Amino acid sequence: MKKSTLIGAMLATSVLAGAASAQDVTLTIESWRNDDLAIWLDEIIPAFEAANTGIKLNFTPSAPAEYNAVLNSKLDAGSAGDIITCRPFDASLALYEAGHLADISDLGGMANFSPVAKSGWSTDDASVQFCVPMASVIHGFIYNADAFEELGIEVPTTEAEFFAALDTIKEDGSYIPMAMGTNDQWEAATMGYNNIGPNYWKGEEGRLALLAGAQSLTVEGWVAPYRQLARRGAYLGDGYEAQTYPDSQNIFTLGRAAIYPTGSWEISGFNNLVDFEMGAFYPPVQNAGDTCYISDHTDIGIGMNAATANSEAAITFLNWVASSEFSTIFANALPGFFPLSNASVDLEDPLAQEFISWRDACESSIRSTYQILSRGTPNLENDTWNASVAVIKGDESPEDAGARLQEGLASWYAPQQ
Amino acid sequence: MGLPNAETFSLIGYETVLRQGDFFLYFQNSMIVTVVSLTLILLFGAMAAFALAEYRFKGNTLMGLYLALGIMIPIRIGTVAILEMMVATGLVNTLTALILVYTAQGLPLAVFILSEFMKGVSDDLKNAGRIDGLSEYKIFFRLVLPLVRPAMATVAVFNMIPIWNDLWFPLILAPAEEVKTLTLGSQVFIGQFVTDWNAVLSALSMAILPVMVLYVIFSRQLIRGITSGAVK
Amino acid sequence: MAVPQKPKTRWHIAVFLAPAVLVYTAVMIYPLFNTLRLSLFSEVDQTRIWVGLQNFRTLFGDAIWSEQFWNALANNAWFFVIHMLVQNPIGIALAAILSSPRLRFSAFYRTAIFIPTILSFVIVGFAWKLILSPIWGIAPGMLDAIGLKFLYQPWLGKEEYALTTLSLVSVWQYVGIPMMLIYAALLSIPDEILEAAECDGITGISAFWKIKLPLILPSIGIISVLTFVANFNAFDLIYAAQGALAGPDFATDILGTFMYRTFFGFQLQLGDPHMGSAIASAMFGIILIGVCIYLFGIQRRLRNYQFYGQLNAQSSSDNSQHDRRTCDPGYIYGDRAVSGICHPDQQFQKPSRDLS
Repeated sequence: MKKSTLIGAMLATSVLAGAASAQDVTLTIESWRNDDLAIWLDEIIPAFEAANTGIKLNFTPSAPAEYNAVLNSKLDAGSAGDIITCRPFDASLALYEAGHLADISDLGGMANFSPVAKSGWSTDDASVQFCVPMASVIHGFIYNADAFEELGIEVPTTEAEFFAALDTIKEDGSYIPMAMGTNDQWEAATMGYNNIGPNYWKGEEGRLALLAGAQSLTVEGWVAPYRQLARRGAYLGDGYEAQTYPDSQNIFTLGRAAIYPTGSWEISGFNNLVDFEMGAFYPPVQNAGDTCYISDHTDIGIGMNAATANSEAAITFLNWVASSEFSTIFANALPGFFPLSNASVDLEDPLAQEFISWRDACESSIRSTYQILSRGTPNLENDTWNASVAVIKGDESPEDAGARLQEGLASWYAPQQ
Repeated sequence: MGLPNAETFSLIGYETVLRQGDFFLYFQNSMIVTVVSLTLILLFGAMAAFALAEYRFKGNTLMGLYLALGIMIPIRIGTVAILEMMVATGLVNTLTALILVYTAQGLPLAVFILSEFMKGVSDDLKNAGRIDGLSEYKIFFRLVLPLVRPAMATVAVFNMIPIWNDLWFPLILAPAEEVKTLTLGSQVFIGQFVTDWNAVLSALSMAILPVMVLYVIFSRQLIRGITSGAVK
Repeated sequence: MAVPQKPKTRWHIAVFLAPAVLVYTAVMIYPLFNTLRLSLFSEVDQTRIWVGLQNFRTLFGDAIWSEQFWNALANNAWFFVIHMLVQNPIGIALAAILSSPRLRFSAFYRTAIFIPTILSFVIVGFAWKLILSPIWGIAPGMLDAIGLKFLYQPWLGKEEYALTTLSLVSVWQYVGIPMMLIYAALLSIPDEILEAAECDGITGISAFWKIKLPLILPSIGIISVLTFVANFNAFDLIYAAQGALAGPDFATDILGTFMYRTFFGFQLQLGDPHMGSAIASAMFGIILIGVCIYLFGIQRRLRNYQFYGQLNAQSSSDNSQHDRRTCDPGYIYGDRAVSGICHPDQQFQKPSRDLS
């Protein structure tokens, strides 16, 4: 194109854009994902705005620790944004029941999601859907492939092989066997208990039995993971009691530890940080040949503020999020956050491919404490954090932990009484 | 981990901060909020403290206790009600909302401390002023205020820091880009799983500088006030 | 000489009080009491119903809540004790040293001691977690260098030590405040008193104990009550360092974190503004009791001194008349010289209000 034509075209476009922007709708998006700010600004928002002129997006994340508190305050007072990023299960259910989240069961894009995916953001009887599922995370173990090769270790598939590998690494002494700390208690519960747990309580089977009252937390399937955690204490670094989650990340990425119990969200971060080969394996089963179970947890959803003034634009946006265009951008920009839609997505990152391949090899399950069981006081999730840390440190025996948690749960949860 | 040296020195944190978000705007917002809040706290607080310390009237003690109530309760629990009020008056996402909240937060302690110091100002001085025909207002502004400058500087320093460093109220009342404060602008680097500590600490280091300057100014006021005002 | 009160209404009192009272009531008291009112309600199926004192009965009676409450209260009390035992004496000592006129670079020391107070909680929490970290911290290395490696423990992760450690970090951060207040108080003691004491042979440390300390007792009183209130409202440092769950195993849980966690919820735990308000009301009650004990028990007994320019200090809690050694004929303030109103034989009258 000749230069003058180009300039002419640009001028014309800007005039048109100026005219169009007079009617532009701006959607404000609430989120806790500070981590994703750059990706939204560079990839997601431009893609959406290019396809949907007339709607502008304003992605305004808050500090993750404060998100729930801040969001609830803003919703109560009416100053929240148009689009709300939804925490899974009860946190968002409460918002829906309080009338803050709109019912979007009839959204066109909802057809792209399986019932399991939708369960994180629907009422207990699955009749109303209030958020579009956006991403899930899978749990497993990432290991330092160079270290494994150096020490001649094969990827463990059973419990026995797992601890044998840990023993080998410990004896060798040049690596910390496992990078995990207990200071940030959720680490012990989420990357510890809920990571390996599904193998013992048999995934959805056990979880649903717990919900129905057919199993209690003192049953072997629920206590066994605590036993495993208790054994791990010997393989963690020195001073692990004060080791925080970022410390664990750093120990692994600096190459000082060999195995890192993880969630798939680490992939994109780790890719930038490590200078060694990484591999991943799913939680080892008890006996060779057992079905494996993984924690495939519905983590992020996105919904509409019931009080928004821009509901049409918001619906357009939500339908776009439910589409495969968004899934592809998101999955590749954030390897480790797996889109929940049925559309197949081509992942470029090898580690992410490894994780998602487990969906075929193993049964998926969500984290045990997230649906319904954390509604009351004491809250089973926080109790699980507490118990996981206690058994690793040796302050409580696995049986006692199970009994204590059962007592807490039974105090308010009718099916368990 | 070792001590910093020439190899590990890097300005990347500062680069990230300056690239992301309008740092100087946030700085300006923080400055405005802090300085105006401090002015109002000192002015209103000194006036109220003077009234309580100087005059006998019915309900003096009660008023003193009422104003002191605010010291005892964390203002955070009133958050939703404050937010509702700000939304109703249209002040949400303005700096005025923050200024009002911080003033209300700082007044109880200011009144408490200043009234103690004002009680120590000699009666003779004030009576001399009255005999000479000065109005109460003039007595307050020209006689008493200069004498309690050390206390005022102290109150200013006490309040300046929580106001400058506050994350909570800017997050709730004024999260919009145009009115973001420095602390709020820095928290964007604290992610759910990965925190860009280079950027956070760079932002916060830059944020300390104005507070330091304000502190130096106030402490000089404090010293000057002590050495010149009361004693001839 | 008392000025006769004119019988007309003293508008100036209202004018002085009005702005402060208005802003304070509208923005602080009204929302706070609105929220505290919530403690008398509970929520069932999205509607708010009146439950009277039920929430308080649950808080103090129900094992799940009361254990946490008493734990938080005990931790908070310990937090306060550490501050009173460590922070305030050190602050007073530092102020005493810094107010010594012969100390060089005192401005530099003052600023250096005060810098931690200026830092935001995020920095303090981060920096100290890093220093004490078993993996990257310099604490193990430093202790090792002086042969005391065996003393090192991952303190922030151990239930027995975490609270004390964080209390000491808080002391480190805030020691500048009592220092500043006492420093201001010390500097406002007229030199004449100290010189007079020197004439009597009292110098140095005994000058501190016998002269300065009694004169600054009211300021120490203020600091103590402020420390009490600040500690029982404390929240930010623990939150920044250990999170809202105040680990390990609630060992660092204080009333502020307990209330925040209950009111706003945490992770999957939904916020409960009703129980949260109950806890906030309980906190308010505790602090009120403490402040009242101070006001009515201790402050009464403190002597408050007025300094008459270059004159000696007259204790005003007793009405006796003192001889004055000198009488300054006047003061200079602003640009006016005013004749003094004291004569050697003039009877002092009781001050126009009770200063106790």
